[in-house]
Amino acid sequence: MLLDLQGIEKHFGGITALESGDLQVQAGEIHALVGENGAGKSTLMKVVAGMLRRDGGVMRWKGELADFTRPAEAHQASISMVHQESLLAPHLNVAENIFLGREAAKGPLLDHRRMEDKARRLIAEHGFPLDAAARVQELSPAQKQLVEICRALHSTSSLLIFDEPTSSLSDAEAGEVFRIAQNLRDRGMGIIYITHRLAELRPIADRITILRDGRTVHSGPITEVSTGQIVHHMVGREVSAIYEREKCAAGAERLRVELPGIRFALHAGEIVGIAGLMGAGRTELCQTIFGVTPTAHGSISVDGQLTAINSPQDAVRNGIALITEDRQQTGLTLSMPISANVTLANLDGVIRNGFVSRPQEHSVAEQFRDRLRIRAASVDQPVGRLSGGNQQKVVIAKWLYCDAKILLFDEPTRGIDVGAKAEVFALMDELARDGVAILMVSSELPELLQVADRILVMRDGAMVTELPRSTTQQEIMQHAAVSS
Amino acid sequence: MKFNSATWQRLLPFLSLAALFLFLSIASPNFLTPTNLTAIVRQTATINIMALGMTLVIVSGGIDLSVGAILGFAGTVGAMAMAQGLPIPVGIAVGLLCGLFWGFVNGICTTSLKIPPFIVTLGTLGIVRGITLIISGGLPVVGLPREFESLADGTLAGIPSVLCVLAVCAALTHLVLHSTKLGRYTYAIGSNKDAAVYAGIPVARYTVAVYAISGMLTGLAGMIEASRLMTGQPTAGQGYELQVIAAVVIGGGSLTGGEGSVIGTLIGAFIMGLLSNGSDLLGVNPYVQQALIGAIIILAVAVDEARKRRFRQ
Repeated sequence: MLLDLQGIEKHFGGITALESGDLQVQAGEIHALVGENGAGKSTLMKVVAGMLRRDGGVMRWKGELADFTRPAEAHQASISMVHQESLLAPHLNVAENIFLGREAAKGPLLDHRRMEDKARRLIAEHGFPLDAAARVQELSPAQKQLVEICRALHSTSSLLIFDEPTSSLSDAEAGEVFRIAQNLRDRGMGIIYITHRLAELRPIADRITILRDGRTVHSGPITEVSTGQIVHHMVGREVSAIYEREKCAAGAERLRVELPGIRFALHAGEIVGIAGLMGAGRTELCQTIFGVTPTAHGSISVDGQLTAINSPQDAVRNGIALITEDRQQTGLTLSMPISANVTLANLDGVIRNGFVSRPQEHSVAEQFRDRLRIRAASVDQPVGRLSGGNQQKVVIAKWLYCDAKILLFDEPTRGIDVGAKAEVFALMDELARDGVAILMVSSELPELLQVADRILVMRDGAMVTELPRSTTQQEIMQHAAVSS
Repeated sequence: MKFNSATWQRLLPFLSLAALFLFLSIASPNFLTPTNLTAIVRQTATINIMALGMTLVIVSGGIDLSVGAILGFAGTVGAMAMAQGLPIPVGIAVGLLCGLFWGFVNGICTTSLKIPPFIVTLGTLGIVRGITLIISGGLPVVGLPREFESLADGTLAGIPSVLCVLAVCAALTHLVLHSTKLGRYTYAIGSNKDAAVYAGIPVARYTVAVYAISGMLTGLAGMIEASRLMTGQPTAGQGYELQVIAAVVIGGGSLTGGEGSVIGTLIGAFIMGLLSNGSDLLGVNPYVQQALIGAIIILAVAVDEARKRRFRQ
């Protein structure tokens, strides 16, 4: 037994993040750790990695009682964590990042050559597509993830914790990460793998531990539980993981986009999916339509009218809304209350006699809270304290309040849990039925196939084909990945 | 409202101000006298009024280092207008417009040249002070109409007139920050500028407005300073920017934006005013005073950060 956690507790002020976390990890296994947002997965892992002190429970490392008070102590014990968000220094190069905090030195000076050599060897050993001298700033998200992995591997860990390593990666890139994880397992390392993507879990994991509300509710070999059972354990209730949308008749043309290499129309009541690998230009397309990066080459028509969209203001004025892939960065003002976030794009709606009417704003926000089932004690609560799914609903509420007719969803289910995903899809369906036109970018092909009426595939900044809803993942991938 | 430790911590700036007031009342017989209290109000009025504008700027995630220089410019040019024989209200209006103009320039430079406000206003600090010295030849502007004195030293129904001006400005700024589109957007821009852009808010326009208002309030402070000195001093306001920023920060403003309030700022400014007045009364060495105020700034922010950290968890 490599790691043995029994009844780990952690409290933040009055809030209990972990009530009773149990986890046993052996050398040479990939151990999946799943649970909804807020279930305590990250907290438990931070305790293991010495980033948080536990308030109760027992931790054994290689059979001996252990208590890491700092990340450095966990490092020394040969435990490393690959973080979900990149914790790299963007201005430093790959080698410098790998050695950050444990630089090789020649007396008082840094030994750059030795660090670069060691980094090169490490990269070559695992066959990563990385240049040790490249600046991290210039790397793709997937490559940054590899740098994180190198950094963890450098300290020759016995236990490597992956905190949702694939949440920002395309399927092909995620496959690469799995290959690496399997490789490391075969060398006898213990791997803990936190993920939201249930489908990707099965082929690579050996055992699974499921957390719910700060407690371990299930632990055992992955072959012994079905995906349905996993979901059931995670949410504590039945959820139809497979969401089926009935197709409804598309109405009048709402949006027509004609850009170099891209040409499509979006109709009222329709959900059009956009598939493609990372870097295929899907997010850029959304940003162009929304006026963040306007272009002079091409045209956008709204309701049949040629419309100049040179800024997000223009887009909003024309009823176009963008639900961005990074809601914390571009979708929400986290320190402000739910109510202020809901009215942000249409503050005029709650202005009475020139002043913001708090009662009015409050009631608007409460209406949306009830309609979208945003779980919050009060609409005065800061958005930053909500779970990912509820934050996403606040973003959607913001656009519904300004009566947007064309909604662009960029990775709408990123970082939100199974239960909330189903709710977001149901909401998209409801909106489409109300005559809203929806464009949905997603790297989750199963989700696209469930929700979209038709799927446009992009590659290298251009649209390569349009596929019907009845298509398959293989077919989409073929068009997305293979150049014809 | 529940009186838990978080509430107490939020009230801490106010309680510190009250405690300081109480302490000085007991420690010095000369503190709680009408003359002294009036003196405090008059001494702190300029910093207070500038700090109101700086609150807006800091809440929006910006900073304005040029306010001291703008104060000097506005006071000097306003005084020149009056020395030329223009009526007092026109002179005051000239001062306000001068402040408005430089605030506008600051706002335009940060938004259209995409230069961080710290650098823009570091530049305008030099430019504005330089121009002030050039147009005045480095000499104070004298010959102001006698009645102009009443702006700083007069009373309205027994209340110092500067206190009335401050109260009106504070009430208006609070209203703007709390209940108008401008105020809401100021918080939104300071809290997350990208999210504000993506919400379709004309961020540049509102940012310029924030700097312009701050400039105008500084212009007003410049005229009060000119009235207090009864001259237009081209060197007036040197170093005020740091006191003004300190007042906002002691009052809970965050230099990363999105946080700050008028009430907090007023408390911050009065804490600094009382410290300096109290030290004078108690015969504390002025050198020690400076160090003391510096320490208070760090202490206040440390306590505030600790509160916010607990709140976030």
